[in-house]
Amino acid sequence: MKETQLKRTSLFDTHNKLDARMVEFGGWEMPVLYSGIAQEHNAVRQAAGLFDISHMGELLFDGPDALKFLNKILTNDLAKLEPGQGQYTLICQDNGGVIDDLYAYQLSDTRYLLIVNASRLEIDWMWIKAQRNSRHKSLQLEMSDRSGDLAAMALQGPKAAEIIAGVFPSAVELRKNQIAELEFGGATAWVSRTGYTGEDGFELVVPNESAAALWDQLMSLGQALGLLPAGLGARDTLRTEAAYSLYGHELTSDTTPIEAALGWAVALDKPDFTGREMLAAQKQDGVSRRCIAFKMTGKSAPPREQYKIFSADGTDREIGEVTSGTQSPSLGCGIGLGYVESAHAKSGTGIEIEIRNRRFPAQVVKRPIFQKSS
Amino acid sequence: MADIPTHLKYASSHEWVSVEGDTATVGISDHAQEELTELVFIELPDLGRELTAGDPCAVVESVKTASDIYAPLTGKIIDTNDALDTEPGTVNDDPYGDGWFFKIRLTKPEELDDLLSPDDYAEQVNI
Repeated sequence: MKETQLKRTSLFDTHNKLDARMVEFGGWEMPVLYSGIAQEHNAVRQAAGLFDISHMGELLFDGPDALKFLNKILTNDLAKLEPGQGQYTLICQDNGGVIDDLYAYQLSDTRYLLIVNASRLEIDWMWIKAQRNSRHKSLQLEMSDRSGDLAAMALQGPKAAEIIAGVFPSAVELRKNQIAELEFGGATAWVSRTGYTGEDGFELVVPNESAAALWDQLMSLGQALGLLPAGLGARDTLRTEAAYSLYGHELTSDTTPIEAALGWAVALDKPDFTGREMLAAQKQDGVSRRCIAFKMTGKSAPPREQYKIFSADGTDREIGEVTSGTQSPSLGCGIGLGYVESAHAKSGTGIEIEIRNRRFPAQVVKRPIFQKSS
Repeated sequence: MADIPTHLKYASSHEWVSVEGDTATVGISDHAQEELTELVFIELPDLGRELTAGDPCAVVESVKTASDIYAPLTGKIIDTNDALDTEPGTVNDDPYGDGWFFKIRLTKPEELDDLLSPDDYAEQVNI
């Protein structure tokens, strides 16, 4: 068997000092937890959490035709952005299947930054280069994969703004989905008001050399406010409560954004882009299955990926499959995401989840699954 | 560092066993609960169920995963710790005390010799 060397982020020593439990994720050795998943989860909901997200990929595009090119390969309309703004978007194949979901930022008039999933970076980059070389050869732009040089972290939670003000005072002025080019330790730092937890928060991209210093500074600023380092375990429970998709679970090359309930990130009103024909047809004609969020309604074990979903309308039919499932630390019950036949996808619909050969009642719910009452 | 009480016997699948007469009390080791992380749900075997050593007979679920617990010895389930139904975290807090799982009336007490001594178990988990 081939031994694959796991990649380590520039915060690896920091995680070791914090006695993190490390796991493999997308080819990287990443912290899954420090103090405990539920504790880290609750810190993010009530105070703040700091995540290492250096495994994610950063792709830069610069040139007079950068917008034109990216708008051909991304589903959302990049032309709607102004410099300093970002949006959630997807890369699709011609048949509408999702290659990746990502954030696209406009940094300046001609410069764009894409932040992509770690597990998809290589495939994304190959796909983007192939699209450029086959269909858009005459366009004027430079493309570079900066992932190897850059570290990233996410500071998330209601106390995030108060904490970040100690390092980047101007960052608190950012509105949701905005990004600023700031300075940390003499180098450029990109700070955006975005995240994957359903809380207010920031994502910060800095050169590898600056990562540990920035991490330590944020941790010491946040300590008195309840900031905890948080791992992939809490990242997953938080995003599931927020009903955000995760590539490899809700999104694959066999699912389309319309099926995944991400039609809001598909701009059918912009000029032609890869996958448009199929996505427009699906939007008009409807889809046979749809991604749902659900909550267990009685006492049961937590739902898990690949558990079968059955109808609860008396027909007793298998109607789909769970794609993500966990025990919600905020709600104290099982929650999940999955695909069901479209007729069962409306919120409020009763469904059943099969757990170890027994069926347990659940209900399709609106997204997010958990929202703090303010 | 994980605690391994010296008065207990252990299965290589991380269950502990305490024997009194023909009855064995079974739980999971401190090492196991640490590895599993916070437990959020525990499914115990039905009373009266006949088990053969090695049978999967309970399921523990952390936030992240579901794991099987195996019967370390052959016999019949005569009691289960129903308090774990509402307080699964007791297993994390007190794995050798209030966090016990079930009691088996042994039909093959000679199988006790196949279990690991505390020293052998410590060696297995590299402590």
